[in-house]
Amino acid sequence: MKFFGFAAGVAASLTLLSTTSAFAVTQISWWHAMTGANAEVVDKISKDFNASQSDYELVPVFKGTYPETLNAGIAAFRAGQAPDILQVFDVGTGVMMAAEGAIKPVAEVMTGVAMSFDKSQYLPGIVGYYSKPDGTMLSFPYNSSSPILYYNKDIFQKAGLDVNNPPKTWNEVWEAAKKIKTSGAAPCGYTSTWLTWIHLENFAAWNDVSWATQQNGLAGGDVELKINAPIFVNHFQALADLAKDGTFKYGGRTSEAKQIFLAGECGIFTESSGGLGDIVKSGMNYGIGQLPYDSDAKGAPQNTTPGGASLWVFGDKSDEQYKGVAAFFAYLSKTDVQEYLHQKSGYLPVTLAAYEATKKSGFYDKNPGRETPVLQMTGKAPTDNSKGVRLPNLPQVRDIQNEEFEKMLAGQQTAQQALDNAVTRGNAAIKEALEN
Amino acid sequence: MAPQLAITLVFFYWPAGQALYQSMLRQDPFGLRSRFVWFANFRKVLADPAYLNSIQVTVVFSLATAIVAMCVALLLAVMAEKAVRGKGLYRTLLIWPYAVAPAIAGMLWLFLFNPSIGSLAYLLRSLGIAWDPLLNGTHAMILLVSAAAWKQISYNFLFFVAGLQAVPKTLIEAAAMDGAGETKRFWTIVFPLLAPTTFFLLVVNTVYALFDTFGIVHAVTGGGPGKTTETLVYKVYNDGFVNLILGDSAAQSVILMAIVIALTAIQFRYVERKVHYG
Amino acid sequence: MIGQSPLRTVIAHAVLILGILIVAFPIYYTFVASTHTLQTILRPPLPLLPGGQLWNNYSEALFGGIGRIGGVSVGQLLLNTTIMALGVAVGKICISILSAYAIVFFRFPLRMTFFWLIFITLMLPVEVRILPTYKVMVDLGMIDTYAGLIIPLIASATATLLFRQFFMTIPGELVEAARVDGAGPWRFFFDILLPLSRTNIAALFVILFIYGWTQYLWPLLVTNSNDMNTIVIALKKMVSFADADTEWHLVMVTAMLAIVPPILVVALMQRWFVRGLVESEK
Repeated sequence: MKFFGFAAGVAASLTLLSTTSAFAVTQISWWHAMTGANAEVVDKISKDFNASQSDYELVPVFKGTYPETLNAGIAAFRAGQAPDILQVFDVGTGVMMAAEGAIKPVAEVMTGVAMSFDKSQYLPGIVGYYSKPDGTMLSFPYNSSSPILYYNKDIFQKAGLDVNNPPKTWNEVWEAAKKIKTSGAAPCGYTSTWLTWIHLENFAAWNDVSWATQQNGLAGGDVELKINAPIFVNHFQALADLAKDGTFKYGGRTSEAKQIFLAGECGIFTESSGGLGDIVKSGMNYGIGQLPYDSDAKGAPQNTTPGGASLWVFGDKSDEQYKGVAAFFAYLSKTDVQEYLHQKSGYLPVTLAAYEATKKSGFYDKNPGRETPVLQMTGKAPTDNSKGVRLPNLPQVRDIQNEEFEKMLAGQQTAQQALDNAVTRGNAAIKEALEN
Repeated sequence: MAPQLAITLVFFYWPAGQALYQSMLRQDPFGLRSRFVWFANFRKVLADPAYLNSIQVTVVFSLATAIVAMCVALLLAVMAEKAVRGKGLYRTLLIWPYAVAPAIAGMLWLFLFNPSIGSLAYLLRSLGIAWDPLLNGTHAMILLVSAAAWKQISYNFLFFVAGLQAVPKTLIEAAAMDGAGETKRFWTIVFPLLAPTTFFLLVVNTVYALFDTFGIVHAVTGGGPGKTTETLVYKVYNDGFVNLILGDSAAQSVILMAIVIALTAIQFRYVERKVHYG
Repeated sequence: MIGQSPLRTVIAHAVLILGILIVAFPIYYTFVASTHTLQTILRPPLPLLPGGQLWNNYSEALFGGIGRIGGVSVGQLLLNTTIMALGVAVGKICISILSAYAIVFFRFPLRMTFFWLIFITLMLPVEVRILPTYKVMVDLGMIDTYAGLIIPLIASATATLLFRQFFMTIPGELVEAARVDGAGPWRFFFDILLPLSRTNIAALFVILFIYGWTQYLWPLLVTNSNDMNTIVIALKKMVSFADADTEWHLVMVTAMLAIVPPILVVALMQRWFVRGLVESEK
């Protein structure tokens, strides 16, 4: 295989050489999964970075959806063709962390090339999630989001609800949803994207209850799910009951429900803060509230956990390339770049300075609600329950949870059965993954 | 023959060999650690109820797709033969979907029948049908079969039209003089003569339904709700590329290859012999 | 011609029109959607008639929306897709007609073994063997090349099967006659078989062109550079169910651009390729 690796390397450098005219420039490849307006942000940042210096050329390449991008990266690594930077979604974090031999921690990349690197300038809630238990920062948080509540003000008006006061707890959401449905203001009261991320992972963190043992997997691999505790069962039974008459409407496993809300079918909606763009563009009269919490939970609201994606650096690259990557990350951390990213995309700023600057610029006054996700994530110091969740096979575990939810919502099983099954099957899958 | 063999060897048997080797390994996604486990992956896959479910789903889906696509196409082809005027126009209008990529076809059907922005879903709902492919497995399967069959109708239609035109007019006229009715003429003369076409289409449609519909499943249902539309190929993809359990995924590919070889053998041994060659 | 009752003709037309409605509707509706504003699309039901945004949407997609698909012009994407589709069609026809020729007309050791070796590949799509195949591509240095896009897709047996079926219908007397006339295998191939297969080739060309045009997963993996993307991939880039906003009106325009060229190929070539199929049977 050595020989093939060499041949591939030569071939790769030949193609690289043939596509660029400036030989002295070191190319840094960045594989990403950004589409639409977010892809424009990627292209603009890359162009600006390339224009800002002349030693490195950043080449962003779209590789499909999040899972497709992760797979392309893995396939390329196995074939000895890994890119320098790979964007990996939150669920893939555990996968990347388990692959210690394949990646180079961002902290090492930044310090290894004698550049100043100060972890404290980044938002702690986000950086904590992308770090090892000992605090070493492994990946660079590029786009982070947090689930928030959106509501349709016109529907609220029609249903006789307070337009300026969105529901704060889940019970209030259920009541408001019922009122919307019975008053005929809209055919459905409430819908949500990402049940696993919002109603399990963030539900647990926000209400300060355990999602799984071992600090939700952050402290070690031997993890058991805790999601069949009564607080989860009650929550999901409420959802299942509301689903029976269509007060709650299921949209799909990922972000599909956004379309239901945009079509004006449902009055209340929980979704990532990164989904704001579509809602603004639809011209809807919308409002934003913080993620609801469970009124029975003691510490609620605690803090939410980051979703989105981070940038990983592959191992076995040349020093020159690492220098380029470090230069890019340094550029990306600049306040004006972060401000642009945050204001254009709805993702969170990753540095404190960018947050302060955005605040000072009056952006949040003009765009009420845009600060909500930042406050949710940084409002309180995270507990063992709210630093995020991490599993080597989180995609698979989420799949299992979704399958059980779908059976529950179709009326084939109760919430207790669904969550019990999800725990049993999930634990078995985690154990299996650890054996590999 | 040499060039095809060479390409087949390099781009098919070489990777297939690697898949076979992979199917006996347990490996982390990056290939950093691996363990040789002989047939453990196969035992695990075959004992998995989800896998058996997926076989059932595949059989239902493939049969439904092949039957729907071929029957509709045959009906339209026969009608097109009858409609003397405007035949060319009909044909042109009927063959469009063939040119649409599965990934795009899936997207279009989703666009029409998506419970939220789909206009046809809206229509169904206003007719009082609780259309919900996201939670109702039967609805999801119907949507999937419709999308898959829709894309294949044109292809079948073209071949049936060609087949029908090749039927000698004199034979039909002779039968008509003998007093055979239209329906009888079709089943006793035309249909048997269409056998080679039908056989070819059967093979193509089965293969299409088994494998090429990946793009459609991927775009329309993603295997859900639950696991009600998870076909074998989709499961190979999902286990290997989403869940990153490479050994299981490779074992499934190998089982698929075995199924395929068996199917092919059966088709050639028993079906081809009966087929009427002109 | 056998006379038929007017009623049956009417029924035939009715069935056909219904068929066309079903078959063409999704495409027509895509066109309709491509002429409306985003707001109209997001609030169903969408009108059945085209809206007034045709010019705006198309010019925005063609000239303004370039940044969305990685800074590559729509023209370049269409060019890549065309090269790939043509390469797959021509390459596959060449190698499979040769293989089918060898399998049907020659007796040599292991003939059936070779046939089986090729035939089995009919069944396994790229999706299933993608990871190892990708590795092979890297080892051969074929990432980001047209050859890498094309050659692995040639290695499947659909066309070989079709040619084999067709060659088997050629009467043995014809082969005998050629042999008696002293025609060598190559002359037989070029003078008799090729002209006879003309129509099959035309049919296959259309089929394979479409096959090449509509690929998705493979081009996504073997192209690292945006300049090598195909239009189908560019289209998928614009659709997002994740965080970003999806501009459905522009997506629908791009969908039309991705759909129309292969439709034209099918529509323009159908006359002589269908007629050809029929003629060869006489």
